[in-house]
Parts: sequence; structure tokens; C-alpha cells
Amino acid sequence: MSDLNSISDEEVKHIAELAKLSLNEEETKKYSSELTNILNMIDSLNKVNTDDVKPTTNMSNELARLREDKAVINKGECEALLNNAPEIENGFIKVPSIINEEEK
Amino acid sequence: MLDYKNVEELHKDLVNKKISVTELVKETLNSIKLHESKLNAYISINEEQSLNMAAKIDKKGVNPDNLWEGIPIAVKDNLNTKGILTTAASKILSNFKPIYDATVVQKLKEAGAIIIGKTNLDEFAMGSSSETSYYGAVHNPWDLERVPGGSSAGSAATVASRDVLVSLGSDTGGSIRQPAAFNGVVGVKPTYGRVSRWGLIAFGSSFDQIGSIATNVQDAASLLTLISGMDVKDATSSSKKVPDFRQKLTGNIEGLRIGVPKEFFGDGVDPKICSLIKDSLKVFKEQGALIEEVSLPNSIYGIQAYYVLAPAEASSNLQRFDGIRYGYRADNINNLEDLYVKTRTEGFGDEVKRRIMLGTYALSASSYEAFFIKAAKVRTLIINDYKELFKKYDIIVGPTTPSVAFKFGDKKDETSMYMNDMLTVTANIAGLPAMSVPAGLVDGLPVGLHIIGKPFDEVTLLNAGYTFEKINNFNLKPNID
Repeated sequence: MSDLNSISDEEVKHIAELAKLSLNEEETKKYSSELTNILNMIDSLNKVNTDDVKPTTNMSNELARLREDKAVINKGECEALLNNAPEIENGFIKVPSIINEEEK
Repeated sequence: MLDYKNVEELHKDLVNKKISVTELVKETLNSIKLHESKLNAYISINEEQSLNMAAKIDKKGVNPDNLWEGIPIAVKDNLNTKGILTTAASKILSNFKPIYDATVVQKLKEAGAIIIGKTNLDEFAMGSSSETSYYGAVHNPWDLERVPGGSSAGSAATVASRDVLVSLGSDTGGSIRQPAAFNGVVGVKPTYGRVSRWGLIAFGSSFDQIGSIATNVQDAASLLTLISGMDVKDATSSSKKVPDFRQKLTGNIEGLRIGVPKEFFGDGVDPKICSLIKDSLKVFKEQGALIEEVSLPNSIYGIQAYYVLAPAEASSNLQRFDGIRYGYRADNINNLEDLYVKTRTEGFGDEVKRRIMLGTYALSASSYEAFFIKAAKVRTLIINDYKELFKKYDIIVGPTTPSVAFKFGDKKDETSMYMNDMLTVTANIAGLPAMSVPAGLVDGLPVGLHIIGKPFDEVTLLNAGYTFEKINNFNLKPNID
């Protein structure tokens, strides 16, 4: 099978960046070859004539059903939620600074 | 090992105090533990809470009108259980204790059922063999050197081993039905929207459905009745009335119109499985059903469409795992971006990363039209194929899987692994209810009959499965003790 949809290492790096994943050189090569294989499998979709066909992107027939726009108070859940966070301080979730520590 | 034919029989013994709930729970825990070293079917066992609950029920006695009171049920570990570890078999959730119950879990609890443990699965339900679990693979009780299927691997293996009579699984491309087939048990994926997905850790939101796994159709139907229904917390859950699926099982299929798509017996399907399933069809014929060969021309593109759309949805759904609010957080962080990237890189396994990458690619500006929209259009065509067929037929029948359970490490590349879903995936693509019922053995391993029904017509689907099961009388169990 020819690699109609070959994905280059550069593209893999770009996708990883979008997906917030970090890959080393070896992993980049591995994903590049695996994703190329998968895309070649997927390529047979191009045999299907889809002219004038509408895409289906959700399966619900009842999407119009929305609940009343009223705040629901879940009492006592705030503390439990915070306890699930890896780091908290004074009732807040703690995250590292946006800029590097050494640049401060 | 529980020697009960079904939940109703067990319920009677509980009501008549032939066995107490505490004895039942102890026996169940013993059976699970005995098998665990061989099967690895569980990520956590809920021992203390189960025994406490059993004692409480024993004190007041089991309500004769409540089938589920005191019945142990295993729950797939991608369903949130309040205060109980819920990992989706991923490192990134390896320390996660939800603060709420999934709606289905809440329903089980309200009915007095006992959540005996959380079952092992492919990481984030992405896989067909359980080999992608952070907690190691589950083994098939029919042959420990073989995979149990996936992703609801533990839920199927623990039922096959008769640790429990019923369990909950989830099915995005075949994740209930394929392991049910590989384990010789019954697995039902209801219509999209039949069961609330609230508290199910999302994979492909337009494909995911929760369903039941059982030793027999009757129990699978009872459990489905319990978990079905509209839920304000899931806007895609349907407000359609839920029939009592168990009560509707008549064992009569006179005049039932069955379509058998030729594509389901095509390339890549083991000829021995094809002939066993074709042979099984005479069971339906003898019961007065009308059987005709039909065609689902676009179904052969099901796998391809699925492996664009489901990873696309997954890549979006899995963005929430960032190490901020819950779950695993990486150490040695320089800044916020670094935290996201390191947490996700260390927290996700190989297959999950592959699907995130594939989905991100399919949704990226340069390939959105060529991949995502193209696949979404093919999805429409597959849905239309089914709509056409269901004008003339009540159910569609074929094999559940293209092969019997394979050996660990046998499917070396991703694309051959993905082909496991080729016969089940179109039911998810079209949101249709479908089930796998044991049909017989090929090479000493179980084979499933796959039945697909009309939207929200689980009654006809389950009754067909029930009738088949009764006549076919597959009563073999794995021998692991």
C-alpha cells in the first residue's frame, strides 16, 4: 500500500503540541509511522461518494430538551471538590506560575 | 463460584433466607479473590462497604418486591462511584475518588444492589483486549493465555467466572458485546440515549452507552430496565417510556423478520465463525421467523469512519485531564504549560496518546474536511442503510466478532487490533441497540451471535436473544477453579 497520507515527523510534533503531549525523537518516529498506517486504513473512506450527504455529528433527537435556567446549589460539595485537587491553599486550587520560576 | 441460574432464583433464596446477604457477599468476595490472581478482573474490590451494606439488609430482611436488594454487581471502572477509586484504568486517574455517583450507580444503590467492586478495562475504554490497562491485562477465564476482549474486560470475565451474575459495562464501538462474546456471556448495548451517561468517563460522547452483562438474557434485561430512563443531568438521555424489558420476554418470535447482511460474513471473518452463526440461524427459522440475506453496503466503511470520529471526540473529551483539579499531577514543574504537558505525557498510556493524536489531527484545520467531515458523512450513509433495512426487517443478525479470543500480543499493529470492532461498530455509529448472545464454541472458545435492533426497540431485540438462548441452550462455563 502506498502511503497516501504519510504524516511527517514535523506534523507529528505539531499535533503533539496541540494535544499538549511531549514526544522524544523515538516516539515521534513511532507515532509518525503508526499514524500513517492508520490514515492509510482510513483512506478507503474516499471510495465512498458523499456528494450531497449531510454529516452526522450528534446522535440525539431530543437536544432541544434543556432544563430550567435555575442555579442548582450543591451544598457541601465545595470542600469535597477541593480535596480532589492535587494542591490547595486557603480554599483555592494552587497551580504553578505561568512564567518560569527563574524568570520572576 | 455462584451456582444460581439467574438473579430471580438468587433473589428467592435471599427472601426465604436460604442464604443471607452477608453469606452471599462473603461468597462473592471469596470467589473474586480466588480468581483474581489468574484473571486480574478488578481494579478495586469494595469489601468493607459491601459487608456493611449486607449486614444492614440482613437486619431488616430482603424486600420480596425488590429484585436487586442485596445482589452483588460489578461495575466497570470508568463509572463514577462516590468515594470509591475510579480510574478508567489510567495512571492519570490512579488517585481519583469521585465526589458523586454516576446516575446508573445511583440507581443500583437506590435499588439496594451491592457494588462489589470496580472492574478492569482498557485505558479510557480504548481497546479490544484489555492490554492497554494501566493495571495490566485481564485474562480470559476460558483460556488464561488469551485476551478477554475489551474494553469491558473485567466486567465480562467476572460474570463468566460466576463471581457475580451481572455487571455494568460501557460500549463505544463494541466494548460490551465483544468481551461478552469472548467470555461466553450475554452483553447488551442499548439505544443511544436509553441510559444516562452522567458519571461515565467520556470517550466518544456520540457513541458511548452504558449497558448490562449477564449470564443470561433475562438478567441482562432486568438490569437494563433498572438503569434506563431520562436524566436531567444528561441532555442526550431520552424521555421515551422505559418498558419492563424482563416482563416483555415472551419467547415467541413467530413472524419476526430477520435480515442477515452478507457484509457481516465477508473478508476478515473466520469461516468457522461464519458457518457456526449461519447454522445458528435455523433456531430462529424453527421458531417461525423469516430470514433473508440483505446488504448494508456502507457498513464495510464502519471501522474507518469510527476511527476518525471516535478519536476526534476522545481528543476533545480528554482535554479535561490537565493535572489541575483532580487526578495525577506531574512533579518538577517549571510553569503552567509545563504542568499540562508533563502531566498528560506521564499520565496517559500509549494507545490513549495515539488516539488523542489521531483525533487532534482529524480535527486540525488542514484535515477537518478531508477526515472529520468525510467520516461524519459516511456515518450518515451507514445510518441511512439501517433505516432502509428496518423498513422491512425487525432485527439484523450476524457474528459479534471476526475471530474467537486471540492470544496476548497476537495483534501486533494497531490497525489489525482495530478490526476487532468491525462487526459491532456500526450499531454505535447508528446509535442502535445491539446485543451478543453465546452461540457455541469454535476451537473450544465461545462465539457470540450479534443482534441489532431498531432504535428504542430493545423489547424485540431482547426477545429475539431470549428465544435464541432458550432453544440454543448454550450452558457451558469456563473451568478455572
